[in-house]
Amino acid sequence: MATNPMKIRASNKDGVTEVKVLISHEMETGQRKDAAGAIVPAWFITELSAKHNDKLVLAGEFGTAVSKNPYLAFKFKGGAKGDKIAVSWKDNRGETRSDEAAIA
Amino acid sequence: MNNQRRNVLKTGSGAALLSVLAVAGIIKPGMALADWNKAAFDAKSMADTLKALGAAAPADSKDVQVTGPDIAENGAVVPVGVSSTLPGVTMVAILIEKNPNALAASFTLPEGTEANVQTRVKMGQTSNVYALVKSGDKFFMATKEIKVTLGGCGG
Repeated sequence: MATNPMKIRASNKDGVTEVKVLISHEMETGQRKDAAGAIVPAWFITELSAKHNDKLVLAGEFGTAVSKNPYLAFKFKGGAKGDKIAVSWKDNRGETRSDEAAIA
Repeated sequence: MNNQRRNVLKTGSGAALLSVLAVAGIIKPGMALADWNKAAFDAKSMADTLKALGAAAPADSKDVQVTGPDIAENGAVVPVGVSSTLPGVTMVAILIEKNPNALAASFTLPEGTEANVQTRVKMGQTSNVYALVKSGDKFFMATKEIKVTLGGCGG
């Protein structure tokens, strides 16, 4: 199944870059049942990493308790306008997606 | 390399070894995408989760903050943030005591990344939310109760 692009915003202020990421993903917990009573299988992002110019700035592991269409915000020292921020994730079905944005 | 890391996780060895893992994760960013801590995410109780993370007895600390609403109207989307003023924070995790699996998310912070992470989580019911922070080779924790008026599961 095709995945939608992430929305990534990164801004630099006083030498600190703040990155905000909005990921488009169902994040199904595996605890819900559909109308027929069958359990909807779990489908969620397990791992996520963010890189600034190929240097890792955040690695995350998600469980099923992270909300649908996960939002994530973090800050790191350094970064300059125009630098590349790349975020990638992998879900429990093995699907992956990577997106990039420039620091504004 | 990979097998060794898995064994270490299974045996739940000390914090020193885990910090070695964190360093390995930083040196080889690609590895970070290949090693989901299943034991920790499958653990149901707080105690089991902490054990699986290698943080058997974290100390309460005023230098760790959990931010979030006092009352969440919709348990499916609860904004939660963790921040800390402790030096050398390498790991941050969000745990929700009364969820089916306590661990919601954990983050590895390489040097230069601030101990200030915000995300959104699901909460099945009113519960204490714990922020677990690793500074140096010690673990620290802070708590905040978030009341949920509408559950996040099955809604």
